[in-house]
Amino acid sequence: MTAHLDALEARSVYILREAFARLEPLGMLWSIGKDSNALLWLARKAFFGHVPFPLIQLDTEMELPEVYAFRDRLVADWDLSLKVELCPPEEAMDQTLPPATRSAARKTEGLRALLARDGYQGIIAGIRRDEQSTRAKERVFSPRRLDGSWDFRDQPPEFWDQYKTEVPDGTHVRIHPLLHWTEIDIWHYTKREGIPVVPLYFARNGKRYRSLGEKNITFPIDSDAATIDEIIRELEVTRTPERAGRAMDHEAEDSFERLRTSGYM
Amino acid sequence: MTGYSHTGPGQQLQIVVVGHVDHGKSTLIGRLLYDTDSLPDGKYEEVKAVSEKRGMPMEWSFVLDAFQAERDQAITIDTTQIWFRTAARPYVIIDAPGHREFLKNMISGAALAEAALLVVDAEEGVREQSRRHAYLLHLLGLRQVAVVVNKMDRVGYAAERFHEVKQEISAYLDSIGLTPTAIVPISARHGDNLARPSYKMSWYDGPTVLTALDGFHPISAPSDLPLRIPVQDVYKFDDRRIIAGRVESGQISVDDQIVFSPSNRIATVKSLEAWGSPQPPIRARAGQPVGITLDEQVFVERGDIISHVSSAPVLSNVFRATLFWLGHAPLAVGNRYRLKLATDEAWVTVEAIEHTIDTQTLADEDADHVDRNGVAEVILRSTEMLSLDAYRANPATGRCVLIDGYETVAGGTVSLEGYPDQRRQKGPKSENLTAVEHLLTADGRGRRNGHRGAVVWFTGLSGAGKSTLAMQVEQRLFALGMQVYVLDGDNVRRGLNRDLGFAPEDRVENIRRVGEAAALFADAGVIVITAFISPYRGDRDKAREAAAEDGFHEVYIKADLETCEQRDPKGLYRKARAGEIKEFTGISAPYEPPETAELVVDTMTHDVEASVDLIVDYIRDRLVIRNRPTAVATGR
Repeated sequence: MTAHLDALEARSVYILREAFARLEPLGMLWSIGKDSNALLWLARKAFFGHVPFPLIQLDTEMELPEVYAFRDRLVADWDLSLKVELCPPEEAMDQTLPPATRSAARKTEGLRALLARDGYQGIIAGIRRDEQSTRAKERVFSPRRLDGSWDFRDQPPEFWDQYKTEVPDGTHVRIHPLLHWTEIDIWHYTKREGIPVVPLYFARNGKRYRSLGEKNITFPIDSDAATIDEIIRELEVTRTPERAGRAMDHEAEDSFERLRTSGYM
Repeated sequence: MTGYSHTGPGQQLQIVVVGHVDHGKSTLIGRLLYDTDSLPDGKYEEVKAVSEKRGMPMEWSFVLDAFQAERDQAITIDTTQIWFRTAARPYVIIDAPGHREFLKNMISGAALAEAALLVVDAEEGVREQSRRHAYLLHLLGLRQVAVVVNKMDRVGYAAERFHEVKQEISAYLDSIGLTPTAIVPISARHGDNLARPSYKMSWYDGPTVLTALDGFHPISAPSDLPLRIPVQDVYKFDDRRIIAGRVESGQISVDDQIVFSPSNRIATVKSLEAWGSPQPPIRARAGQPVGITLDEQVFVERGDIISHVSSAPVLSNVFRATLFWLGHAPLAVGNRYRLKLATDEAWVTVEAIEHTIDTQTLADEDADHVDRNGVAEVILRSTEMLSLDAYRANPATGRCVLIDGYETVAGGTVSLEGYPDQRRQKGPKSENLTAVEHLLTADGRGRRNGHRGAVVWFTGLSGAGKSTLAMQVEQRLFALGMQVYVLDGDNVRRGLNRDLGFAPEDRVENIRRVGEAAALFADAGVIVITAFISPYRGDRDKAREAAAEDGFHEVYIKADLETCEQRDPKGLYRKARAGEIKEFTGISAPYEPPETAELVVDTMTHDVEASVDLIVDYIRDRLVIRNRPTAVATGR
């Protein structure tokens, strides 16, 4: 296990350093969930205790109160540079999207506004291949078009750790340092490193959040796992997908694909 | 995905599934997941429903082909990954598209893998992409390959057909140096020989797909090769100056003396830095990220390669590469691309396309361009010095990609055959040298001789006529009362260079010494003619640098290989062709013709006399001092 986590960590550190060396300005999306926190931890490893770029929270003001409390505590404890980007309201979204998907699309629009304003060339995001099948097809360095959208039909070749770092002005690259991690890897690593997580992941009264999203479109699962060890044991035997509690994934066969091609994380 | 676990036995292994379009790669993976009970709840039902909606029987490939467009067209567009485990160990399966158009995606997937499953359709047999994929696996450095012959149900589970296909694919793999670990007859759709032996093929007693997978070995980073750390960055976030990189091979320890290439700067490792570990590490090995501080502040930048002093990478500004070409526009001689090699970047020009390789027949073909998805051996030249290794010696620093504009257009492996390490030419070894001022000037010598001293540097293939012309020109100039001398292999190799052979490094040193000796002759007022093949442009440029400004005249004695080989005055070409002479210029070692020679003498169109006239006229024109004083000036 140790060797496995070391290998995952080494790869993420390499990716973060490549992004920092080649893309400027660079920012990191921080959703305050378990993956995001592991990513933040990896950045501090990569840069010897520093986080040399801003953290960005795409805020719909719909996160659970525990999430905001956790955020404020970590920003103070770790002396983080956080930018909170307020997302546009749901009424401004594409009305052909199903309701929960439409709600999730607010983050896409928030990100789009941020990119247009601040001209980021690189945006680091903590997605993983095992979360969802369209994410499985992602590149580590994934270029986006001018409008921020993802052209999954024509992704650049990526091999031998040579990443896409040349992009036309006005477009950006998404960097995915956690792409090769799995959900259970994240928990093993969180435990080994002692990374803080929002307490909502731990079961209370037979319920816990397996995946954290906005309160209107994310639901807790039935669980008694109240510690990381218990979560790991639960995941070893579960047959339910991680994002089962995410409403937007289940509204239509392609709802998540539509979200992602338009620029969702 | 479901709860994929790492606890339990075995180290995770990454495998890629490749093969021709429609031979059933995604189906194989979908079925494998089902048979090993690795599908999440509801996935089987979901795929079944989606299949029915499209009026198909259970379509296993939908498990992986997540994109709507892929489901609609029933082909895999991009590579994907999926996790599962056997009793032996956990796996990451990489599915790679088989369609020709998506070769770049196949490569992106395959480059991450430690082993491969090559799927071949029992009915169709070996097809274009079966061969191309196998060839690319080989080029990507993958050596563990198992073959599955799929759709055995379509051929009635017939042993004869299996053996035909087995024969066909074995022959091809053998010709590219790949030996499959197993060749398994299967039906992915029906689960035959995947997780369990199939009673329908009782004639087969080899491994199932799962046993074949469990027979592969995980690949670890090469700690036993010489140390290589490509520098990613230099950080100065606090009072430490930390050099960041990843150990690609070998090991590094505190107090090690290290050298940075290509700058050749040497320093000692003061500390290895790590955040969040209770005590700083004293050693790091292949695969680990490192932060290094040095005992002194030498200049280091991204792209440098760190090694130990005694086992440094090769320095060269020219190398041979076997490329797979992914660009939409063809690769052509003279084109410039941005090279990325480890963390270094440089501009390179395609100097030559040696040949293209037909991945179907494996035949070498002459070509002046390389089309999309083609494979070729090319020579690349950079403006700056590169530090690199031959791919065979050290893969991580022996492979590169080419960028055209914003696009990655090629990947390739490096060969340095025929090209010398240029490291030892890089500068004077002793730094305690001061020039002593001479009291006599070149002008003074020139006035007495009636001509200036100079280096007249002949270059050309063996048999082009260098020696013949040099001797005749010497005779003519001597008759004109000039100070002239020829340096050639006979008089130089007998003494000055008798310690040198004909290996690339020795050739370089041979020419370096000739250049320095010639410069001394010229400085002494002599017109010195050198008659050496001197095949490398870089070496001739160094000889030019050694000579005084305007005191170097490069004369290209030009004749093509065919002509020289016909002349073959010393019978050397015949021996080279017979393999008796190794590294023979034009046959088994490169010749780089001059780009800006002062004089070109084409001995295919000029006979000896006309050639000598040309050269003598040129020399008289440039070097004779016209108004030769009849008496020494007086009354100063």
